[in-house]
Amino acid sequence: MKALYSLLAYAVLVVIVMLGVGVAGLDYFFGVIIPYAAIAIFIFGFVYKIVVWAKSPVPFRIPTTCGQQKSLPWIKQNKLDNPSSGIAAFGRMALEILFFRSLFRNSRVSLKKASEPKLVYGPDKWLWFFALAFHWSFLIILLRHLRFFAEPVPAFVTLLEQLDGFFQVGLPIILVTDIVIVTALTFLFLRRLFDAKIRYISLPSDYFALFMLLGIACTGILMRYFTKTDIVGVKELAMGIISFHPTLPEGLSMLFYIHLFTVCLLFAYFPFSKLMHLGGVFLSPTRNLANNNRAKRHVNPWNYDVPVHTYEEYEDEFRDVMKAAGLPLEKDS
Amino acid sequence: MAEHVKKPEEMIKIDYKPPRKDWMDPKVEFHRGFYNYAAVPERLDYLGLPNPGKWQPTDEKWPLPDNWKETILKTMKDRLDKYRTFKVFMDVCVRCGACADKCHYFIGSGDPKNMPVLRAELLRSVYRNDFTTAGKLMGKFAGARELNEQVLKEWFYYFYQCTECRRCSVFCPYGIDTAEITMMARELMNSIGINIDWICTPAANCYRTGNHLGIQPHGFMDSLEFATDELSELTGLKIEAPINKKGAEILFVAPSADYFASPHYYTLLGYLALFHELGLDYTWSSFASEGGNFGLFHSQETMKRLNAKIYMEAKRLGVKWILGGECGHMWRVLNQYMDTMNGPADFLEEPVSPFTGTRFENAKSTKMVHITEFTSDLIKHNKLKLDPSRNDHWTPTFHDSCNPARAMGIFEEPRYILNACCNNFHEMPENTIREQTFCCGSGAGLGTDENLEMRLRGGLPRANAVKYVHETKGVDILLCMCAIDKATLPTLMDYWVPGVEVGGIHEMVGNALVMKGETRTTDLRGTPFVNAEAKGEEVIEDV
Repeated sequence: MKALYSLLAYAVLVVIVMLGVGVAGLDYFFGVIIPYAAIAIFIFGFVYKIVVWAKSPVPFRIPTTCGQQKSLPWIKQNKLDNPSSGIAAFGRMALEILFFRSLFRNSRVSLKKASEPKLVYGPDKWLWFFALAFHWSFLIILLRHLRFFAEPVPAFVTLLEQLDGFFQVGLPIILVTDIVIVTALTFLFLRRLFDAKIRYISLPSDYFALFMLLGIACTGILMRYFTKTDIVGVKELAMGIISFHPTLPEGLSMLFYIHLFTVCLLFAYFPFSKLMHLGGVFLSPTRNLANNNRAKRHVNPWNYDVPVHTYEEYEDEFRDVMKAAGLPLEKDS
Repeated sequence: MAEHVKKPEEMIKIDYKPPRKDWMDPKVEFHRGFYNYAAVPERLDYLGLPNPGKWQPTDEKWPLPDNWKETILKTMKDRLDKYRTFKVFMDVCVRCGACADKCHYFIGSGDPKNMPVLRAELLRSVYRNDFTTAGKLMGKFAGARELNEQVLKEWFYYFYQCTECRRCSVFCPYGIDTAEITMMARELMNSIGINIDWICTPAANCYRTGNHLGIQPHGFMDSLEFATDELSELTGLKIEAPINKKGAEILFVAPSADYFASPHYYTLLGYLALFHELGLDYTWSSFASEGGNFGLFHSQETMKRLNAKIYMEAKRLGVKWILGGECGHMWRVLNQYMDTMNGPADFLEEPVSPFTGTRFENAKSTKMVHITEFTSDLIKHNKLKLDPSRNDHWTPTFHDSCNPARAMGIFEEPRYILNACCNNFHEMPENTIREQTFCCGSGAGLGTDENLEMRLRGGLPRANAVKYVHETKGVDILLCMCAIDKATLPTLMDYWVPGVEVGGIHEMVGNALVMKGETRTTDLRGTPFVNAEAKGEEVIEDV
């Protein structure tokens, strides 16, 4: 049901573009104004969110330790899962961000209902695998798109594209990331839909993000492999936008407008949604801090004095019984 | 065991299928055995905390102050501004569900709101509604819902069904820590006086007498004297336990259960035997007679207020550094909070072992050393005569306690000690130990009889792993270094794995320790050593 609402919401947005461009002739609006607006919202929203997060201090050093601590010299420390220095914490973050280290640990528990019920744990790497596949292919695809924004095309972009098409022959060359991203997103979507636990925790907005991404990937693939898209025109538009001299070439296809609009939607939606995990993961205090609390004092900027029960008050209350028991006293009476 | 508790065969029938109805409509039924009683007003008064009066969770109408909603939202704003964790964790969850089946309470109950992600969503939904643009604009579509009494009841029910064990946080790709979220939720509820007695009474006791049990100084002294007398009798040596001794080198702080509860008591005997054998210049304190800190389960401020006594007492007694006993959440506070809250401890010296000369570099600022760091260093430097065969009547396994595991990473020290002190040590399966260890199901102030069914359910994953080694390796004692574990695991074992005892690391040390001039023939529980006379001497000479 939630998935359906989301699909409907996305469909309505697509229809808006189709009507806007196809019927009302708002090509300039959807081709130039919306992209500028989306870029602006993305940049300002992203920076704003990071600033809002960063404004709250980290009062306590609370890393989740996932390996042996640094203690005695003859005990081998697990530096990456329990860092004790800034550099090691950086390493931990790099593993987390580039390879989804924590997700890699994922396991699945099942209750074997035999005569003697037993909990069994098995590795469950699928989520890790497809999440990683999606994120990396999305990044590569984004970087490939730089060819539309620079003349001449930077060498690394061409190289990336050649690598991406390395395994395939035929024309147009099929790019691996195109297949990977759709497969991975489909997995993530089906998992949300068919795993009862995940379906239960999913919000409409969770499906919405997946639909947008699938919409972008599918329209992109359609344009690249199945319909003829005016690449020269697209590049002209992109170069115009990036150089602040926007021109709108004639003859851009409807598919292109849907693709562009969904990308804009994603960018504008990004800072205000869970997609901001991109920025948030860098700021997570359970991962980005060293577990060296006892060696190096962590300062809480808002630390304040609290009422405490002093030893003097304690002795005042219990002096008689302490005296009778023969415990040493500060004051005799 | 209480009569209304189901039989294990019934309890294990767990339905993991979520209900058809959406989770956002709050409707909480307070099932007996799943929740804790409300705090007694006198305790809150003693601590100077707000409270709504006498009430119980099952009351239809809770005695909430008129402005309770504003108070909660105001407190929420305050905490969002104070804690980056709170802000980030409210925003970045993508509901990937990796945490879902990592929670012992979910595994044991099948209640979907015990999935860490959903537990957090209970709070997040209100956050979105009142603090985010998306929530304000899109409402339910963006997962927002309004705070009302039903939501509050749901918070109470589920945030007191979280033991802040942090297992889910190990698996979260963004490190979202449900313990942190639960702590915030409890702070919010505290702001209107909604909290539980099992936390507030120990906290009030601890504030007054220095320990959770409310033991007054002479009672504390009696307990230690009882232990030294018994140990003296066991060993034939004159064992002493100095209290409030000024100028001692080391202040020793342990959880109060060690000197007042069983099987903790045998760990206490172990400490006392070790310190005697070493001739350690140390002191106990009747004022800092508790390392544990139920403030951690209540609020940042209460934690700080209760923790303050440790440094105050170290300063008053003029010790050089502090040694801490076997306790889980106590060590979370000492490792991650104490120095920040009540430091700097510039009146103390960097801890150095008086016997090996080892500098405890990792504790050079806080100046507090974990006893397994201290003891493993002694063993490494051959400072102790140990006869592991004295533990041959035990086949132990080791339960990593949540906080030493996931808020310290103290894994090898206890294992090194156990391997030196026991011959028959076996590990439980790897998904259930070290950083992936399972909670006893009773931490974070939830270790009482009122919520026994929930505890037994939450303890199922731990018990099931013990059962495995019990059946395959003959394990008959579950060792741990946490006072809450020692208090609650016996109940859990009796229920799920009868025949498995619970003990501590230093109980094993105390058993294996060959003391100069001793005449003992039994372990600390009074059980005769296996072949004590036949092989005891030989092994001693080897060491």
